[in-house]
Amino acid sequence: MAGVGSDSGASAETTYRSARVPLLLPTWLMIGVFLVLPVALMAVYSFLTKEMRGGVIWDFSLAAYDQFFVHRGLFGDEPPTLEWTYISVFGRSIIQAAIATVLCLLIGFPTAWFIATRPPETRGVWLFLVTVPYWVNLLIRTVSLRFLIRENGPLNDALMGAGVISEPLALINTDFAVQLGLFYSYLPFMVLPIYAAVERYNFTWSEAAADLYATRWVTLREIVLPIVRPGIVAGCLLVFIPSLGAFLAPNLLGGAKNFMIGSLIEEQFKKSLGNWPFGAAVSMILMSLVLILLMIYARSAARQEAR
Amino acid sequence: MALRSVRHYPGFLAVTVLCLVVLYAPLVVVTAYSFNDSPSITTWGGLSLRWYVDVFTGPEAPRFRAAAWNSLSIAFLAATIATGIATAAALAMLRAGKFKGRSLTFALINLPLMVPEIVIAVATLIFFTMIGFTTGYLTILIAHITFCIPFAYLPIAARLQGIDGSYEAAARDLYATRAQSFFLVLLPLMAPGVVSGYLLAFIISLDDFIITNFVKGAGMETLPTAIFGSVKQGIKPNIMAISTLMLAVSILFVTLSYFINRKGR
Amino acid sequence: MTNAVDIRKVTKVFGTFTALHGVSLSIRDNEFFTLLGPSGCGKTTLLRLMAGFEEVSGGEILLFGQNIASLEPNLRPVNTVFQQYALFPHMSVIDNVAFGLKMKGWTLPKRRARAGEMLEMVHLSDFADRLPTQLSGGQQQRVALARALAPQPKVLLLDEPLSALDLKLRQAMRMELKQLQQGTGITFIFVTHDQEEALTMSNRIAVMSAGRVQQIGTPREIYETPVNRFVADFIGETNLLEVEVAAIAGDQAEVILPGGQRVTCSSATTEKGRHHLSVRPERVTLGTVGSGMQAVVEQVVYLGTDLQVLVRLDGGTAMQVRIQNAARTEVPSPGTRVGLTLEEGAARLLAD
Ligand SMILES: Nc1ncnc2c1ncn2[C@@H]1O[C@H](COP(=O)(O)OP(=O)(O)OP(=O)(O)O)[C@@H](O)[C@H]1O
Ligand SMILES: [Mg+2]
Repeated sequence: MAGVGSDSGASAETTYRSARVPLLLPTWLMIGVFLVLPVALMAVYSFLTKEMRGGVIWDFSLAAYDQFFVHRGLFGDEPPTLEWTYISVFGRSIIQAAIATVLCLLIGFPTAWFIATRPPETRGVWLFLVTVPYWVNLLIRTVSLRFLIRENGPLNDALMGAGVISEPLALINTDFAVQLGLFYSYLPFMVLPIYAAVERYNFTWSEAAADLYATRWVTLREIVLPIVRPGIVAGCLLVFIPSLGAFLAPNLLGGAKNFMIGSLIEEQFKKSLGNWPFGAAVSMILMSLVLILLMIYARSAARQEAR
Repeated sequence: MALRSVRHYPGFLAVTVLCLVVLYAPLVVVTAYSFNDSPSITTWGGLSLRWYVDVFTGPEAPRFRAAAWNSLSIAFLAATIATGIATAAALAMLRAGKFKGRSLTFALINLPLMVPEIVIAVATLIFFTMIGFTTGYLTILIAHITFCIPFAYLPIAARLQGIDGSYEAAARDLYATRAQSFFLVLLPLMAPGVVSGYLLAFIISLDDFIITNFVKGAGMETLPTAIFGSVKQGIKPNIMAISTLMLAVSILFVTLSYFINRKGR
Repeated sequence: MTNAVDIRKVTKVFGTFTALHGVSLSIRDNEFFTLLGPSGCGKTTLLRLMAGFEEVSGGEILLFGQNIASLEPNLRPVNTVFQQYALFPHMSVIDNVAFGLKMKGWTLPKRRARAGEMLEMVHLSDFADRLPTQLSGGQQQRVALARALAPQPKVLLLDEPLSALDLKLRQAMRMELKQLQQGTGITFIFVTHDQEEALTMSNRIAVMSAGRVQQIGTPREIYETPVNRFVADFIGETNLLEVEVAAIAGDQAEVILPGGQRVTCSSATTEKGRHHLSVRPERVTLGTVGSGMQAVVEQVVYLGTDLQVLVRLDGGTAMQVRIQNAARTEVPSPGTRVGLTLEEGAARLLAD
C-alpha cells in the first residue's frame, strides 16, 4: 500500500529506453495474467448461477447481487425489500475498521511525533522497535494476542494477581478484541507515513506559532495537524483498507458473532456450503469500495500537489 | 518551570511506551510460554525445551516439517523471481525516460497493494479453477510471485532513484558496454535496494495466509495454514514453540535488512 | 529609563559545546540594535534565548526590567521575523498576518482590519488571499515582517531577514526597515553577518565572535575605534601591523612603525609592549620616496571605483592601500618605490 499515489518520477536517464519492452514484459505478464485477468473473471463469476457443491453453471444471473441487496423472505415469496443481513456485515466491518483506525491514530500520532523529534542517532532505533512486530507473521501475532487476552490467559492472571480486577475480563470474542487485533496488525502502517510527514515538518513553524502567542496544544491543532495532514490521511487509509477486508483478526479474536466481510467471503468458498457467485459478488463490492476510497484519495493528493 | 522545546508534548513519551508495550506484550508472552514445561497452557511448570523437541520429533513433526519446507521453498523461489522481475521493471521505469504506458505500468505494479488480499485470493482461486489448473504448490508459488512484485519493487526503485545517472555515463564514457556498466557499476550501487526488496518479498511470502489458504488445494500446507488449522482446536504449547521459532527468523531478517540499509546509506 | 532588554552574563551550552560565554548587553528602548558577527558566532542562539525557544544555561534576560528567562515564548511580548520566514504554508497571507491577533483573542473583524492595515504598510494588499508559496522571496519577507509587527510587540527580533534576497532588493529593504522602525517606535534587534547592513541601519552594534561580545558601539565607533584585531578586521578592510608602543597616555599612544618612524594614534589599550596596529587602507597616501614608510609596489588591482595597491614594506611586511580611481590618479606600476604616509585617524592601536 505504501506506493499508492506516489509515482516516482521518470528520470532524464534513458540508458534502457530501447530495452524497456523486454524489461517490463515479465511484470505485465505476471500481473496481467495472474491478477488483472483473475479479477476480470471474478467479475464475470459474480453474474453466473451457483452450482450446489461449489463452482458455477455458465448461465447469466443477477442472483448473487439480488441475494446481497434484496430481501424476499425465507421462501422467496414476500414483496422485495432491502436486505439488511449483508449490508450490516459491511456496516459492522466499516465500524470495526474505523474504530481500529482511530485507535491507531490516537496511539500512532504521538508515537510518530515522539520518534521524529528524537536526535537522529536514536531515531532509527525507535523506528526499528516500532516496525519489528510488523515483520512477524501476522497469524502468529494474532494467535499470540489471542493467547494473551483469553479468559484465563496471562493478561487476566496478571491483572487479577495485581488486584486490579476480581473477575477475569471477558476480552476474547468481543468487538473490542477485534479492534485490538486490527490495531495490533496495522499500527506500523499508521506510524510510518505520519513519521515521514513529521520528519519533513519544519519545527520553525511551531516556534513561529509560539512566538505569536499560541500555546503548545493550539499550535498542534492550528499548525501541525493541518500541515502533516497528508501523512495522517495516508496512514488512516493504510490501516482502514486492510482492516476492512481482514480475515484473521475477526476470525481468531472475534468469535462467531463478530463476523466481518473477510469471513463472509471465505465462507462462500468452503467446498460444501459455498456459493461462488455470491462470494465473487461480495468481493466485487468490497473491491469497488476500496478502489473508490483510493480514487478519492488520489484526487485529493493530486490537488494538494497542485497547490 | 523549565522551558521546553516546541517539539516537546507532555504525554507523548508515555503513549510511545504504551504503544511498544502493546506491540511486544503478546510476542514476549508467547515466547515465554513456549519454554513452559507443562502440557497445559494455563499453568506454569518451570523452564524446559520440551516443546521445541516436540516440534522436531513429536507426532505432528512430519506435518510441520513438510509445511516448513513448502513455506521456505516457496518464499525462496517467489522472492528470487519477484526480485528479478522487479529489478528489470525498475530499470525500465526509472532509466528509460518517459514512455507511453509508463503510468499504466506503474498502476499495474502497485495493483497487488491496492486490491484487498481476500479479493486477490478469491480471484486467483476462480482463475485457477476455471482454466482447470490443479491447485497445489505451483498455484501457491505463482500467486506469491505476483503479490511479491510490488514489495520487491518499492525498495529497489527507491534506491535506483537515488543513484545519479552520471555513474553509468562515466562507465560508458570509459568504454564499458551497457551490460558491463550494469553489472560492474549500477548493480553494485543498487545492491542494498535489491537485497532489501528480496528480504521484504521473502517475509511477505512467508507471512501470507489468506491467499495461500484459498489456492493451496487439499493436502497442501504451508506453515501459516498448518498453524491456523491447529489453533482452530485451541492453542497448544507446540504451536507456541513454532511461533517463537518463526519470530526468531523474522527478527533475524528484519535486523539484517536494517543493517544492510544502514550500510547502503 | 529602563532598558528594553538587559542580557546579563548569559551562557548557553549545547551538550559539551558552549555557544555563548557570559554575554552581557543592554538594548535601549526604541533602538535599532544589531548583532553582527561571522557565521556560527552565536547570534541566532542569543536571539532564540530572547524569544524563548531555548532556555539559558546561566545568567538572566530582563525585558523592561522583568526576568523572562523561563517564560514560555507565547507569554513574551516579543515577536520574531525568522531567517527563512516560517510562514504557515496552509494559511493565506492575511491569515498568517492575523494569526498572532487571533491567538491574543481579537475578534475576526478587528483582526482582519488590522491585518489589512499591516499588509497595506508593506504594500501587499493585493496579495492578501494568496498562499505564501505563491509569493516571491521579497514578498514573503514583507509578510513575515507584517505578521511579526501586527500584534505590536515591545521588541522585534529579526534573524538575518534580508539574507535570502538579491542585492538590489536587500538595499531597498534596508531603508524600508529603518523607516519602519522609526515609524513604529518598536525596539528592533537585528541579526546579520553583513557589516554593510549593520553599519547603514543601526543605532548601535554589538560585534560578536565565538560566543562572546567583542565590542558594542555606534557604527562610527565600531569602525573608527575598534578595540581588537577581530573587530578591526571584521568591519571594513584593514592592515594589521605588529608594532612596539613607545609611550602611552590616556587613550593616545605613540608607536614605532616598521622602519622606525613614530606616530601618535588613538589606543584601545593602556599597556605598553607589542601590540597590533590597525591601518585603514583608504587613509594611507602614496607619496614619493623619502617620506613615511618605504615600500615597493607589488601589484595593482583594479576595482572600479577604487584601485587596490599591494605594497611590501622594507621590513618585509605586506600592506594594501586604497586609492580613488579619479581621472587624474597616477597609477603606480609594479616595482616602483613609494613612501606611505598615514592620514589623520588612519591608525588605531588595538588591545591585542
Ligand atoms: N541546538 C543546537 N545544538 C548544538 N549546537 C548548536 C545548536 N544550535 C546552535 N548550535 C551551535 O552554536 C553555535 C552558534 O550557532 P548560531 O546558530 O547561534 O550561529 P549564528 O551566529 O546564528 O550563525 P549563522 O550566521 O550561520 O546563522 C554554532 O556553532 C552551532 O553549531
Ligand atoms: Mg543564525
